[in-house]
Amino acid sequence: MFVRGLKRKCFDGEEDIEGTLAGIKAIPSYNLQRQSLLDMSLVKLQLCHMLVEPNLCRSVLIANTVRQIQEEMTQDGTWQMINTQSTGQASLDRLVSTDILCRSSRDQAEGKHVPPYSTFSKDFESDQAQDGSETMSTASSVQAPRNLQSNMWEMENPQDNKGNFQKSLDQIFETLENKSPNSVEDLFSEVDNSYYDLDTMLTGMMSNTKMGHCDSLETFSSPTNTASNSNCKSDLNDLDHIVEILVES
Amino acid sequence: ADIISTVEFNYTGDLLATGDKGGRVVIFQREQETKSRPLSRGEYNVYSTFQSHEPEFDYLKSLEIEEKINKIRWLPQQNAAHFLLSTNDKTIKLWKISERDKRAEGYNLKDEDGRLREPFRVTELRVPTLKPMDLMVEASPRRTFANAHTYHINSISVNSDYATYLSADDLRINLWHLEVTNRSFNIVDIKPANMEELTEVITAADWHWFHVELCVLSAVFEEPEDPSSRSFFSEIISSISDVKFSHSGRYMMTRDYLSVKVWDLNMENRPVETYQVQHPSVPRVPCVPVAMSNTCPCPQVHEYLRSKLCSLYENDCIFDKFECCWNGSDSTIMTGSYNNFFRTFEREAQRDVTLEASRESSKPRAVLKPRKVCTSGKRKKDEITVDSLDFNKKILHTAWHPMENIIAVAATNNLYLFQEKVN
Repeated sequence: MFVRGLKRKCFDGEEDIEGTLAGIKAIPSYNLQRQSLLDMSLVKLQLCHMLVEPNLCRSVLIANTVRQIQEEMTQDGTWQMINTQSTGQASLDRLVSTDILCRSSRDQAEGKHVPPYSTFSKDFESDQAQDGSETMSTASSVQAPRNLQSNMWEMENPQDNKGNFQKSLDQIFETLENKSPNSVEDLFSEVDNSYYDLDTMLTGMMSNTKMGHCDSLETFSSPTNTASNSNCKSDLNDLDHIVEILVES
Repeated sequence: ADIISTVEFNYTGDLLATGDKGGRVVIFQREQETKSRPLSRGEYNVYSTFQSHEPEFDYLKSLEIEEKINKIRWLPQQNAAHFLLSTNDKTIKLWKISERDKRAEGYNLKDEDGRLREPFRVTELRVPTLKPMDLMVEASPRRTFANAHTYHINSISVNSDYATYLSADDLRINLWHLEVTNRSFNIVDIKPANMEELTEVITAADWHWFHVELCVLSAVFEEPEDPSSRSFFSEIISSISDVKFSHSGRYMMTRDYLSVKVWDLNMENRPVETYQVQHPSVPRVPCVPVAMSNTCPCPQVHEYLRSKLCSLYENDCIFDKFECCWNGSDSTIMTGSYNNFFRTFEREAQRDVTLEASRESSKPRAVLKPRKVCTSGKRKKDEITVDSLDFNKKILHTAWHPMENIIAVAATNNLYLFQEKVN
C-alpha cells in the first residue's frame, strides 16, 4: 500500500521477499527497517549530546532524518499498525529510560533537578529479530516540557493516531498528570530554561563536557542520585516507553 | 604521525602544506633539479614543521576546542617570505614562513654565543658581517583572528584582492581583512531565530577568482531526484561536503557523498547568488548542474555504496566529508573515496580511473595500477568487492599541483605524492 520505491537498505545482503510473499511480509519488513533506522537515529542524537561539542552538521542531518521518518509514519497512519499486546505494560523492554544521561556531575553535586528527558531505545539491534509491531517510541517535546501535549507526533496528527497506540499514549500522559499531579511541576520546576535552547545544547552546554562516554554510561546504569530523582523514576518506570529527543521541538 | 586533516599546494606548487589533527603544520618543498641528482626533481621534502594551534579550553562553555587544523590556505608570495592561513574550529592564524641562511657575526656588544661582552673588552668598533649558515626555516604567527565564530569553522578562502578573506562556520560567514584582527564583518547568517527550526548548515564556502562579489556557499542541498530512488538517506547523501571554483572561474564543482558535480555558472539566467556585504538572507543556489552524477562526463564516485547506505549510516561513515579538486587546466577533477582509493575524472575524454594510495601498491617510481570495485556478483581478478572495502581507510583530502600533474593524497596519517610519469 505505501511501499514506495524504496530500496532495501538496512538489511544489506538480505534477499528480496519476492512474489507471493511480497504482500504482507514486505510491509512489516519495511516498517522494521524504518523503525530501526529511527531508533538508530535517536541513539545517535543522544550520543551527540554526550560529546564534547557535537558536530552541528551531523546533528542537523540526523534530526532531519528523524523528522522525515516521523512525517512519513504519521502520514501513513502507521500508528495503527504499531501496537503492543499490553498497552500499559511496556512490552518494550528494549526501551530504557534514563534521567541521568545528560546530567552533569556539577548538577549532581548540587542536587539539581534534572528533567528525565533523555530516554532512548537501547537495543534497537534486537528489533530486527522481532515483529515490527512493538514499536512504541515517540518523540516528545523537550522545548515545552510543561506541555506534554505538545508531543510533536501527536500534535501533527491528532486524528490519525487512533487505535491502541493512541490509547496507551493517552494513558501515559494521564499517568503523568493524575498520578502525581505535582510531579510534572517537580520535574521541570527548577530547570534552567537554557537547557532547552538547542543552541546551547548542541554546543555542548547541556551535557557536562567533562563527562565522557564512560561516565555517562555509569550514571546511566546507576541512576540513584536525589530524592526527586527517585520520585521521577517511579513515574518513569511506568512510562518507560516514552522516548524523548533533546533536539526535537 | 597524526591524522592529516588538510592538504594544500601554494600558488606555484613548490610548497605543499599539510595540517593534522594534532594542530601541526608540515610544509614540504619541491626539490630543485640539480645536476648531481637529476631524478630528484619532483620530490618533496620537509621544509618546515611548526605547531600552529594548541588545544584550548573555553571556560564559558566548558568545552574543549580541538587543535585539529581544518583548513590551510596559502597567500600569494609577495616577498621572500611565505604566508599561509591555518584554522582550527575557532581561530584563524596567519603564519609567516621565512628562511634564514645568513647569520650576523662580529657584534660589538655580544659574544658569538650571545653573552654580553665585558665592556673593557670592547676596544674597537667593528661592523658585523653576514656569514652563511645552514638554512633555517622559521615560522612565526603574525596575526590571530579569534572570537568571531560560535560554531566550527569549516572553510577559509582568500579573496582575489589578496587582502581579504572569508571564514565560514556551520551557520555564519565572516569577512576579514588580513591586517585587522579585532573586527570582522558577518556577511552570511543562516542561524534561525529559533534553533529548533534549524535544518541547514553551511558545509563549505569558496571565493571566486575574478568576481570579487561572487561567493558560493553550500548547505544541505535538496536536489530534485527521481522519486523512486528517494530514501531516508537522500538528504544526507546529497549534502555537499566540498565546493571548489575552477581555475578559469567558469565552473564550480560540488562533492556530495556519492558523486561530484560540475556546474556551469554561465548556464543559468543569472549567476550564482551575489552576496553583498551584510546581506541578511541567503537564497538557495539555483544553478542547474551541467554534469549530473548519473551521467557522464562526471560519473558517480562510488555509486556502489548506495546499497550499503544503512550500514554506512550506522557506522557514521555517511557523514564523512570528502573534498574534491581541479587540476591546473580544469580538465580533470579528483576526489577521494574509501579503501584508500581516489578517483580522477577527465572531463573531456570522459575517462576516469580509480587508484589506490597504499604502501603495498605504491613503490617509488612504479606506475600505479588502476583499481576496480566489483559491482556485480561475479568478481573478476584484481577486483575488490564492496563488502571487502575498508571504510576506515578514507581519503578525504587531496590536492593537485596548480600547474603540473602532481597530486597529493592524504590517507589517514600518510601523505602520498604521485606524479605523472614522463617518459
